[in-house]
Amino acid sequence: MQHVAVPHAQPQQRQFNPYSENGGTILAIAGANFSVIAGDTRQSEGYSIQTRYAPKVFRLTDKAVLATNGFAADGNMFVKKVRQRLEWYRHAHAKDMPLRAIARLIQTMLYARRFFPYYVYNILGGIEEDGSGAVYSFDPVGSYEREACRAAGAASSLVQPFLDNQIYFKNQTPAPGTTHPAHLPLSHVLSLVIDSFTSATERHIEVGDGLEIYVVLAKGSALQGLDAIQGLSELTTTDDGERMFVIRRNLKRD
Amino acid sequence: MNSLVDRFSTTSAQSEIRRAQALAADDEEFSDAAWGSEAGFGSLAKGVPTFSVPSIADPSAFLRLHTDDHADPNCRIKIQHGTTTLAFRFKGGVIVAVDSRATAGSYIASGTVKKVIEINPYLLGTMAGGAADCQYWETYLGIHCRLHELRNRERISVSAASKYLSNLVYGYKGMGLSMGTMICGWDKTRCRVPAVFYVDSDGTRLKGDLFSVGSGSTHAYVSTAAGHRDAFSGNTCNLYHIKEDGWHFIGNYDISKMHYDGPGDVPGGPGKGYGYDIRVEGRSSANPPPVAT
Repeated sequence: MQHVAVPHAQPQQRQFNPYSENGGTILAIAGANFSVIAGDTRQSEGYSIQTRYAPKVFRLTDKAVLATNGFAADGNMFVKKVRQRLEWYRHAHAKDMPLRAIARLIQTMLYARRFFPYYVYNILGGIEEDGSGAVYSFDPVGSYEREACRAAGAASSLVQPFLDNQIYFKNQTPAPGTTHPAHLPLSHVLSLVIDSFTSATERHIEVGDGLEIYVVLAKGSALQGLDAIQGLSELTTTDDGERMFVIRRNLKRD
Repeated sequence: MNSLVDRFSTTSAQSEIRRAQALAADDEEFSDAAWGSEAGFGSLAKGVPTFSVPSIADPSAFLRLHTDDHADPNCRIKIQHGTTTLAFRFKGGVIVAVDSRATAGSYIASGTVKKVIEINPYLLGTMAGGAADCQYWETYLGIHCRLHELRNRERISVSAASKYLSNLVYGYKGMGLSMGTMICGWDKTRCRVPAVFYVDSDGTRLKGDLFSVGSGSTHAYVSTAAGHRDAFSGNTCNLYHIKEDGWHFIGNYDISKMHYDGPGDVPGGPGKGYGYDIRVEGRSSANPPPVAT
């Protein structure tokens, strides 16, 4: 809360301002049988860096990952509450909540704060019950949509046009006799993600320090060259389900 | 006699249960439903939506301060807005057409938004204004339309559904909701006619033959012009047709392509576009009219 000290003779104004903006960028891309969710790890306020490692991408279940961006305190609290609801669901149903249901849950949880919003842009990525890769993006009060790719946060206006061009092939005409592919292979998507973040780091002061890329592979799908990527570690807990990986990389720290 | 004693005694087993029930009901924080199968309903876990409101003198001024990007383009929380939607009634049912652009401030947040909300197989709602407001309340309307069917063993009329939504949002008047919607459908049970109702967050509810809602609405009365003239509208157009057996999705059309190349081989269509070259044809020597053959 901000209290502005003013001499008593003048009119005083007080504002309730519980929000701050902590920079950073998140990004998610869905493939045919995988989903990639990434975020940088810098947390800043104004021109000062609060920390060089504050995760913005969180594993929710074996096949769902949530990335948050905006006001870090709201984001962390929101993730905590979503995880609590998912745990209750697990106790009631002895299974993980399906991705499309998590998406609807996030909508109702965000909309419950319609008159006191969470200052958070959410992107949910993971594997749908039919085995397809999915990305859901949300606005701060819960309007949502399933998409193939989405960037949010400080550098979203730098990254999203690049993705529109490289993923949706916007303003590109296919060579005669060819068509644009509907889904890109995992190795291609990973290089797009890494390029997006290195470029955003070059041109945006609030992006940098570290990069965390979560990769969720659908049940029974091959590694598709993932094992050749440096900085990879596996988070999978089950033998016969979706596989989850995280790739940690450095970004420029200046 | 025994039952009378049971009811008023403070030591019997039944009173113990009563006390436990009262205690459980006092638990304001979580309902039983949240622990069980209704755990996915978020703010609806108690059956009616509950909203947290900041504990300050004027909550709606707080909301305006942080979310109203029209009054202050630098406001922090930029909520997604939808724009041009239109619907009209005709002999063969209802046609609903919407664009697909969502803006947050001047940024085009999305060009692939579904602004037609499929409430159920024979009711459509459109989205203009706050994207979340429309999505949430029209989904909520869908729940109550289904409950109406279960309770009354017949489909809800378009009129009743729209009035339900109108009364619902009127309860939040002045708190900052923003929605302009058209509830469209075909009444099966009573009047057996297609119907279009306009409902907005001010509480207005109008029955009519033709509506157009959103910032591009004044242009929308002349078709694809809205996507061309209004910066808050554009990208693609989703077209629906409501017939007696419910709604049918007709297609998704690129607005710029339609403007310049025309709608294609459609009965009654011009067969060509409305682009610059076509409109100025014959006005200058650089663009002479086609030679008559």
